[in-house]
Amino acid sequence: MSPSEAGAKEAPKYTKKDFESDQDVRWCPGCGDYAILSAVQKTMPDLGIPKEDIVFISGIGCSSRFPYYMNTYGFHTIHGRAPAIATGLRVARPDLKIFVVTGDGDGLSIGGNHMLHVLRRNVNLTILLFNNRIYGLTKGQYSPTSELGKVTKSTPVGSADRPVNPLSFALGCGATFVARTVDRNIPHMDEMLKRAAKHKGTGFVEILQNCNVYNDLAWNVIYDRESKVQHELRLEHGKPLLFGPPDDRRALIMEGVTPKVVRAKDVQESALWVHDETNVNAAKLLADLFAPDFPVPIGVLSAVDAPVYEDLILEQEQKAISERGPGDIAKLLTSGDTWKIS
Amino acid sequence: MGRIATPATGVEKSRIALDRAVIRFAGDSGDGMQLTGEQFTTESAWAGNDLATLPNFPAEIRAPAGTLFGVSSFQLQFGSQRVYTPGDRLDCLVAMNPAALKVHLRDLKTGGLLIVNTQAFDKRNLDKAGYTANPLDDPTLAERYRLHKVDMTGLTHEAIKDLALNTKEKDRTKNFFALGLVSWIYTRPLEPTLAWIEKRFAKNKDIAEANTRVLKAGHAFGETAEIFSEHYAVEPAEMAPGLYRAMTGNRALAWGILAAAQRSRVPVVYGAYPITPASDILHELAMHKRFRVRTIQAEDEIAAVTAAIGASFGGAIGVTASSGPGIALKGEGIGLAVTAELPLVVLNIQRAGPSTGMPTKTEQADLMQALYGRNSEAPVIVLAPATPGDCFYIAYEAVRIAAKYMVPVIVLSDGFLANGSEPWLIPDASTLPPIDIQFRTEREGFFPYLRDPATLARPWVKPGTPGLEHRIGGIEKQDVTGNISYDPENHDHMIRTRAEKVRRAAQEIPPTSINGPATGDLLVVGWGGTYGAITAAVERAQAEGKSVASVHLRHLNPLPPDLGHILREYRKVLVPEINSGQLVRVLRAEYLVDAVGFNRVRGLPLPTEEIHEAINQLLGSK
Repeated sequence: MSPSEAGAKEAPKYTKKDFESDQDVRWCPGCGDYAILSAVQKTMPDLGIPKEDIVFISGIGCSSRFPYYMNTYGFHTIHGRAPAIATGLRVARPDLKIFVVTGDGDGLSIGGNHMLHVLRRNVNLTILLFNNRIYGLTKGQYSPTSELGKVTKSTPVGSADRPVNPLSFALGCGATFVARTVDRNIPHMDEMLKRAAKHKGTGFVEILQNCNVYNDLAWNVIYDRESKVQHELRLEHGKPLLFGPPDDRRALIMEGVTPKVVRAKDVQESALWVHDETNVNAAKLLADLFAPDFPVPIGVLSAVDAPVYEDLILEQEQKAISERGPGDIAKLLTSGDTWKIS
Repeated sequence: MGRIATPATGVEKSRIALDRAVIRFAGDSGDGMQLTGEQFTTESAWAGNDLATLPNFPAEIRAPAGTLFGVSSFQLQFGSQRVYTPGDRLDCLVAMNPAALKVHLRDLKTGGLLIVNTQAFDKRNLDKAGYTANPLDDPTLAERYRLHKVDMTGLTHEAIKDLALNTKEKDRTKNFFALGLVSWIYTRPLEPTLAWIEKRFAKNKDIAEANTRVLKAGHAFGETAEIFSEHYAVEPAEMAPGLYRAMTGNRALAWGILAAAQRSRVPVVYGAYPITPASDILHELAMHKRFRVRTIQAEDEIAAVTAAIGASFGGAIGVTASSGPGIALKGEGIGLAVTAELPLVVLNIQRAGPSTGMPTKTEQADLMQALYGRNSEAPVIVLAPATPGDCFYIAYEAVRIAAKYMVPVIVLSDGFLANGSEPWLIPDASTLPPIDIQFRTEREGFFPYLRDPATLARPWVKPGTPGLEHRIGGIEKQDVTGNISYDPENHDHMIRTRAEKVRRAAQEIPPTSINGPATGDLLVVGWGGTYGAITAAVERAQAEGKSVASVHLRHLNPLPPDLGHILREYRKVLVPEINSGQLVRVLRAEYLVDAVGFNRVRGLPLPTEEIHEAINQLLGSK
């Protein structure tokens, strides 16, 4: 097998139904995960990859039940370790298309270290991080993305931890593809999933997801129709950063090295901040922005080319084999200093 | 190749034949004692002797010079008969500084040869070693030992005074003086060392020249100096004919994995995080990419084992290695491999603990961890090599069994086996048992947990196989279908099935070989790196006419099917271990046998002498 052969085979014409497994889905009624599952199943036929070549790997948590519901190969592993499992799988099988499904606790708390390293290595796989800012499966403790002062069962008078921002974290780790989408925006989710899946290297997608039982409407700023119109900033490569209602468009501009929101009509076109996915530094600034003071960016923050981990490993292997032939244990055993006793 | 070096010409000195000798080179960490010992080992292997080595060094990379804890040593025993251990008491000690003398003198036999580098015995080094007066001036030292005070530093500088090297560079060659001198004393051939120097320093002619001259100077000093009136010869040992090489345990484990990769025609993914004393396996495997062994230096121990598991899920052979602290971190991952029923090989190079313990010192106290160190009941197969060379076969066997039974296999090596070397009869690779891995592709009647009736293994399916898409995971699953199941009876059935699958692997174990009579007064049972010490002690007792036998277990879970029967053929059972009594506990529980332990946990191999004493004590108290 050669590096990154995924998609080399011709895929049959699939429908969403081909990717639905026979297992009963066991998330709470109203959970945002249903919409994500549906979007993923719907996106799969568009990837043009035979379903036997697709693998979903997960850790532990509500989101991590995901593989059971996909009619592909799947491995529901242990808490936080999915990126490491997926790395090993990818090194063994660079012909497979691998998705890692994780959550804010699984991916950024217990598995934070693995997340760091899979991103910096740029292993060719797609990571879907469902961020609901709460531990759901363990019944409602605050998570590493919960806001400071979050009142939960484990923090009755408020949490003392400052939250981590998944996008800033990913960019800080050297991620080569970073995007954000929302469980209640199906068309946008479809688009982001496709983009991430086609990225060469690690495609990291934060999906803002609703836990209607333990942290309902945590992302209301982007759910509520009125608020969404005010705050949603769609990132599109080559387009200026404009948002807000048609009668009150606002622009995100740079003042020195600081992002600033101004009325669009007050800005000259040349002063607009035009989104460039290949500008990682700009992406880092965007990643930190959030309501109420700033818009909430959704879309692809950053997409850049970088060497892929397993490609380099396999190139080394193939080079060694092509230069010196495949390994031969009989020759190795008798190589170097030996002596005969008769 | 010459079996015994021709005696030096020139001054003829008497040469006394010895059966065996135990030598220790000791000096500061920066004195090159490991290299000296390794070269002396190669010379002895050339001379046709059987041998065993014991490198012993501090964990600190550059420990402060001259200190007691910075002392590094290399011991070997070589002989004209079978050599099982690096030896207990020293026939010869080379002490390159006062600290080395202070730490190691207690192990030198009375009347033993003591060679010291006098120039290192200055005020500063004496202070660091805690000597108030120069011990070389104490007449009792020369009375008790055959003391040879040699100004090795001075003679070294003299030999290379015209070379364009600085003082530090010149100083650093003095270990070759010691090597040359001891090589003369024990009639070792210099050829392998001269060849090594030429190769190693091919790019630095001055250093090569310096080391060569100093080595020869040391040799010539022994030959001509008035102080050495005699020297020794150790005849070649009676060893099985064939081609030999020196082999350390860690290299043997790596090569066993390579052999398994080639024979199985399945790539290996090796996940590892740097840890003493296991890292050398990673270094070795990383050099052999042609075998389709892909090494991942993981971000931590957990990633190392889980990457290996991910690879196994993909149809590769997942292998990971560590030492005790790292194995503790891998526990949850190993449990996943147990329930996912995927092959996995875990190499544990045991070291002294608990916690960080003494990273460079040996121990065999992780047996219980291997057997039981995971949540719930997560049985795995446990194997243990007996000698450095045996590590090759054990690693190969671990891969074979892991794939056949779809189960994790833990290999318990240790720091002594890992770094120790022995002359190893190179096997004919074609005689290794086949590793026949069949991936399921047949759709008809497929279920992820449908079991092979003989092994209870579930089918191994590579993702990418059309029509066999399925999901597995750490949640309890229904047997056969693999669907998530919380059914009480199913869970009980799965717990039993996973255990039974491991038990079935007993059919892979050959009949236990007994060293000694099939029935008698005492059976000594050992496992792992104590093989040499136990065998030597038992053979000594046998030579004294005692009714003693030994068996050495390479399979610790499951245990050999014939072991229960064997244990009952002896009146007493002794179990020497470098722990507080772990195998002895297993044997007592498993077979209701009144086995007693002999336990010393010093971070060092068990001395043959002490095991011999324990045998006598147990026999005496009958």
